[in-house]
Amino acid sequence: MKEPVEVSRPYSAKLFLQTVIARAYPRVIGAQRERSWMFFDVFLPFLSVSAYVFVYRAIGAPETYIGFVVMGGAMIAFWMNILWGMSSQLYWEKEQGNLALYIMAPNSMMAILLGMALGGMVATTLRALVIILVGSLAFNVQFALVSFWALLGTFLLTMVALYGMGMMFSSIFLMLNREAWHLANLAQEPIFLFSGFYFPIKSLGFWIAAGASIIPLSVGMDAMRQLVFPDGPTFGFLDVRIELAILVILSIGFILGARYLLAAMERLAIREGRLTESRR
Amino acid sequence: MLGRLRTFRIAAWLGWQIESNWTDPFLFAVYSIVKPVAGAAILVVMYGVITRGDFSSPLFSYIYLGNAFYIYVGAVMAGISWAVIDDREHYKTLKYIYISPVRVPFYLVGRGVARFLTGTISVMITVMAGLLFLNLQLDLGTVNWLMFISALVLGVVMLANLGLLLAGVTLLIAHHFFLIGEAVASALYLFSGAIFPLDVLPDWLRPVGFAIPLTYWLELLRRALVGNVAEAFPTLSNFSNTQLFGILVGLTVGFGLLSTLIFRWCDHQARERGLIDMVTNY
Repeated sequence: MKEPVEVSRPYSAKLFLQTVIARAYPRVIGAQRERSWMFFDVFLPFLSVSAYVFVYRAIGAPETYIGFVVMGGAMIAFWMNILWGMSSQLYWEKEQGNLALYIMAPNSMMAILLGMALGGMVATTLRALVIILVGSLAFNVQFALVSFWALLGTFLLTMVALYGMGMMFSSIFLMLNREAWHLANLAQEPIFLFSGFYFPIKSLGFWIAAGASIIPLSVGMDAMRQLVFPDGPTFGFLDVRIELAILVILSIGFILGARYLLAAMERLAIREGRLTESRR
Repeated sequence: MLGRLRTFRIAAWLGWQIESNWTDPFLFAVYSIVKPVAGAAILVVMYGVITRGDFSSPLFSYIYLGNAFYIYVGAVMAGISWAVIDDREHYKTLKYIYISPVRVPFYLVGRGVARFLTGTISVMITVMAGLLFLNLQLDLGTVNWLMFISALVLGVVMLANLGLLLAGVTLLIAHHFFLIGEAVASALYLFSGAIFPLDVLPDWLRPVGFAIPLTYWLELLRRALVGNVAEAFPTLSNFSNTQLFGILVGLTVGFGLLSTLIFRWCDHQARERGLIDMVTNY
């Protein structure tokens, strides 16, 4: 059989930027247009947060833990966005027939993934802020912010690493079929557990927490908790500076990984002709 | 009646194939076990950190068992209502089911059986893990098995009714089918006292918990399994087991009638408005 010809894509910074904006646009604007989604995106995590807050109250936990739960509940929105809005997205685009159009268009697939990531990040940040606001008011959470800029920097670095991970996963998930749905579904409770969404990861013990640090939210959230809660540093896993260094390494690794896997996925898809194949 | 049973049986077989044939049996077993065990582990870590590992406390048994049996809520309710989405949006076969000579509610309930089975395995593994590793105060020799099985069966019937109600609503909506099921399950998790005694809720929220059949179902299961430990919590301590069964039967019948009426109305509306073969790609 004749080997397929691999065509390199022309690079243009302007086209790259346009693609990023074009893909981010429906994420940001479309998500705001569907108001009922905003309601559910805030209401559902708030129900879970409330349930865990009442568990802590039932067992007489210190109030700091209530704050941990509220922050964890807000950060879950990002993880869900990574799973369903990033990792599974290319698979869904394939199912709906859009992926072939993305590939045929003379733009970079990295730009499409980046647009998805930026759009998802902005839309999800709005929801996460509302969850924190509502949760803090409902449960009277006390904050003691050490430095706004340190918090903002930590948050942004966490997002870069997290969405880099999402970009990488989207290529992997694309090569799966029905397994993609099940894997995304599976990567919820175990990640909630190992990332310490509802308790400090220090509670898991050093080695488990160290292993869990491969998930950017684990270390990112631990660092942010140390920066915003009065007793935060007491519950911290590592020094904030070390956690920031881990996030930098994860960011670089995941973005390079995303680039490599995307190219590998394209090559494989072209060679095996599976790019637009839909297996039910 | 035989035709309805056949529909139920074939739908259950179909549901099992859809749920399980996407991967090899080992990965499927891992998938079925990891999620609920991880969910339980979150509560175990939360509890262990605060109480410094006092797993022999009655409160731990209360939380752990409530959480374990709550797995059935998601499994049965979502199993039934999700069949509408699967067949309408994904496989695009709901229209063929509707024109075939089957009773749709029996078909949908049958489709929920697969998740009920995987849910049962998850519940058993979660409870066994509690017994083996967490000093869960459950003595299998003192369990009131008759009460346990009666309550379990009654609860599954009640959950199937709620699942049918959700399936009816799902027939009419293009959007939010993920969210409505999840919202109902989360709200029930919060208000039924599944993982904390209802007394912890603010006064003005407690009546919601008392109106939900799940509250009584979980209480009966706990009483059947850990007897006096469960009765020690004040929320429902004034009720005898017979009274709890009476309330649960009453609410199950009430919700059953309501579900039937709502499903019939939604089913009629969906046919009238041409929604049976709707594909939203949403």
